[in-house]
Amino acid sequence: MIVVNGKQRKHGAGEPLVAVLDALGLPADARGVAVAVEGEVVPRAQWTTFSIPEGARVEVLTAMQGG
Amino acid sequence: MATLQTTETDPLVIAGRMLHSRLLLGTGGFPALSLLAEAIRASGSELVTVALRRVDPSARGSLIDVLAQEGVELLPNTAGCFTARDAVLTAKLARDAFETNWVKLEVIGDEDTLLPDAPELLKAAEQLVDEGFVVLPYTTDDPVLARRLVDVGCAAVMPLGAPIGSGMGIRNPYNIALIREAVQVPVVLDAGVGTASDATLAMELGCDAVMVASAVSRAQDPVAMAAAMRDAVRAGRLAYGAGRIPRRTYATPSTPSEGLADFS
Repeated sequence: MIVVNGKQRKHGAGEPLVAVLDALGLPADARGVAVAVEGEVVPRAQWTTFSIPEGARVEVLTAMQGG
Repeated sequence: MATLQTTETDPLVIAGRMLHSRLLLGTGGFPALSLLAEAIRASGSELVTVALRRVDPSARGSLIDVLAQEGVELLPNTAGCFTARDAVLTAKLARDAFETNWVKLEVIGDEDTLLPDAPELLKAAEQLVDEGFVVLPYTTDDPVLARRLVDVGCAAVMPLGAPIGSGMGIRNPYNIALIREAVQVPVVLDAGVGTASDATLAMELGCDAVMVASAVSRAQDPVAMAAAMRDAVRAGRLAYGAGRIPRRTYATPSTPSEGLADFS
């Protein structure tokens, strides 16, 4: 189980971050997107290699109108 | 007599980046991206803020694409952060997402007023400067806090005129003028602007730029208001450079009395 943007997902633990991006309809090189796992930035250069730990909270963020 | 300054000869420089527009535009509150694009064009702004939020797979249109098309630079904000920790993390995520080390630092202390939390703001600013960010903090109209923020290395300060989205104008013009005197970095009046005259006043007080969001995006005609803000900032800048006349209680005739006819 992992938590992506506040929603629990049964699968995903042990998979690379790009799998989560793909599930959100995002390409592996998505522009204007950033990812945090357990409150730490995972730089885009590591998206294909970073393996999501069991129970991890993943935040996938992008530009929204604001400020 | 000095040559009339234009936006070309009188640029705004923040951390070495030259901007010909002294108007920063927030992207929040526009009901459609097409309207935002039109407002950007009308405003002449070259630097616009964006927020960072969870990806919404059902969202239509890409804000990033629209902004790239308009050729503006992005200024990511940390809106919604209540602690230095969250603001620093958000700034780092924004740097990764948008490939810019600039950040409009917001650390909010109160949900009702959205006023900055001074100790957390200062802490976050210091950390981000250490990490190599160009930090533009949204701050109160306190000249001492402004100086502290510059002391830790902020590239500009963004004091509020009034609470975010309140449209109350500049509640303490004396403090804004004091901030201008207190720091050597650009002062960007942020928050509180309700209409064009508020933006002009900010510039007349010596601010180097004005940031507007709700005043434009929530106006009945956002594109017209964007154009009004463009001209208001320009007028205020020119008036500030021109030097206003002193205020007097009694009249001073503008027509000479010499050569006045005698009808007695």
